[in-house]
Amino acid sequence: MIKIEKLHKSYPIGKDSLHVLKGLDLHIKEGEFVSIMGSSGSGKSTLLNIVGLLDVHDEGNYYLNGQLIENLDEKKAAILRNKFLGFVFQSFNLITYKTAVENVALPLYYQGMARKERQEKALKYLEKVGLKDRANHLPSELSGGEKQRVAVARALATNPKVVLADEPTGALDTATSDSVMELLKDINREGMTVFVITHEEDIAEQTDRIVRLKDGVIISDEKVNKKVNA
Amino acid sequence: MFDLDRWREIFQRLSKNKLGTSLSGFTVSFAILLFTLLFGVGNGLKHTFEDQFAGDANNSVYIRTGRTTKPYKGLQSGRRIQLRNEDSKFMNENFEDEIQFFSPNIQRSMQAIYKGEQNRYSVRGVYPDYQPLESAEVVDGRFLTYLDIERRSKVVAIGRLVEKDLFGQLSALGKNINLDGLSYKVVGVFKDAGGDSDERYIYAPFSTLQGIYKPNDEVDYIGLTFNPNLSVDQALSFTNLLTKQLKEKFNIDPRDQAALRVQNYAEGTKNVEQFMNVLNFIILFIGIGTMIAGVICISNIMVYLVKERTKELGIRKALGATPRSIVGMIMMESIFITALAGYIGLLVGVFTLEAIGPGLEKYFILNPSVETYVVVGATIILIIAGTIAGYIPAKRAARIKPIVALNDE
Repeated sequence: MIKIEKLHKSYPIGKDSLHVLKGLDLHIKEGEFVSIMGSSGSGKSTLLNIVGLLDVHDEGNYYLNGQLIENLDEKKAAILRNKFLGFVFQSFNLITYKTAVENVALPLYYQGMARKERQEKALKYLEKVGLKDRANHLPSELSGGEKQRVAVARALATNPKVVLADEPTGALDTATSDSVMELLKDINREGMTVFVITHEEDIAEQTDRIVRLKDGVIISDEKVNKKVNA
Repeated sequence: MFDLDRWREIFQRLSKNKLGTSLSGFTVSFAILLFTLLFGVGNGLKHTFEDQFAGDANNSVYIRTGRTTKPYKGLQSGRRIQLRNEDSKFMNENFEDEIQFFSPNIQRSMQAIYKGEQNRYSVRGVYPDYQPLESAEVVDGRFLTYLDIERRSKVVAIGRLVEKDLFGQLSALGKNINLDGLSYKVVGVFKDAGGDSDERYIYAPFSTLQGIYKPNDEVDYIGLTFNPNLSVDQALSFTNLLTKQLKEKFNIDPRDQAALRVQNYAEGTKNVEQFMNVLNFIILFIGIGTMIAGVICISNIMVYLVKERTKELGIRKALGATPRSIVGMIMMESIFITALAGYIGLLVGVFTLEAIGPGLEKYFILNPSVETYVVVGATIILIIAGTIAGYIPAKRAARIKPIVALNDE
């Protein structure tokens, strides 16, 4: 699903440049539940941005769903993001003046779906994350956990190939963190590829595979021994 | 453009940011309001001028004669100069292109009697061309025709006030009135913007009066209008040439001012036009300045509003908004605010002019108003202004990388 070969990325800082990703190789197959672990500055967010087509890499190859990503202009990137990727952010990134259901329906709007259909689909996904009764609330009227659930529903709405979650529990307390992780596990169990970035060990341990990143290189890539709970 | 969904998005946006919307809207409304008021007041001044010069076609020329004051070519001074039919012919032949309407004229003061009522009026023997020359407007019946001239008919067209004086509330049409002992049939009643004195004239066919009162083919004076396509300068050179030729014809010293007078309204018109042009220029300058200030203001506000929304635009991009849809959204917002607010300003301006108009007459501002083409033009300018105001921030918003936009706090 996601295949990365010798990926490099640098950021210019004044006259120098900061080499953030130093030749990463990573292959994530369909249906995997992967977490990227690393302290801040390890390059994990940069990696997610490149995978999420929010940023471009300097060198190396990136295949998304078998398609080589190159010479990407903003328009193509926007269409690919809409079609293949769903985002969950640490700070939720809901649009403040839109209700929960409108937020979930927004990516469908950019797909050109009719209003009524959008609304129905958005409600369906809100129901899936257990927030159907909160559909017409504004984000400011929702708790942190609820906001993140709305964000997950929004990420799922277009039925993407991969859900990218950047510190999805970073702004949440332990109890709500667990419920959000349960939700991600649920959607993974239904076959969705989920790609989580975190610096919390106990979050990473709930995924199937942990990739550890340090100073722009992968230092370990291991499967987690699943506790028998399914 | 007619995507209902997009309009919904825009209305939702605008209603959530009432401060920003009303702020930018107010700026535009105010600019347009000022523009409209300025334009209206300018038009009011213009109307005052036009009114002062109303009553005659402003391309009219009158040719009158008197006695010579200078001896010339062996002829003594004090000689009477008399216009005759052949002079009409001479002028029409020599200046065919320059002359639009032409009428020789005989004017006499006569006693008019209808039943018990009587009064003295100036009676003019004219050609049908005299009607546009005087800017007379027929309200009842008809003016004189060439057939009347040919037949030397005893018919008259009378001013509105003559009818009022002699006939009271009754219609004069078809009645016979007595002018210095001869009976004439009233075929028409006219009004004249020139005022009361112009509405107390009686017009009869030129040939009729000439036949009765002029032993030879004498003409009292000649009125004509020059071709309106002539510029003021061309018109002045036309009358100069006409004067020169007529003076030659009558053997008048070229420096003799009294023997032959050619009175051209173009000269006055020229001064007024120059003044109006300056006035128009000033109004236009201030008006356009106001508009530009308005556009710059709204552009500034839009830049700020877009900056404030950077994060939201980042989210939209992450969810699949193409740069084009971002540009389209912001531009439509801008155009919508500008057009709507501008239109409100325009309406307020027009109504204000209506309301304060009558009170301004003592300041020489008559009927201040804006023409339809100004309203339409201003609306088009508004939409263009909105496009310009929205384009720069929209383009900038579309260029921001989603990752930068998302990290904006």
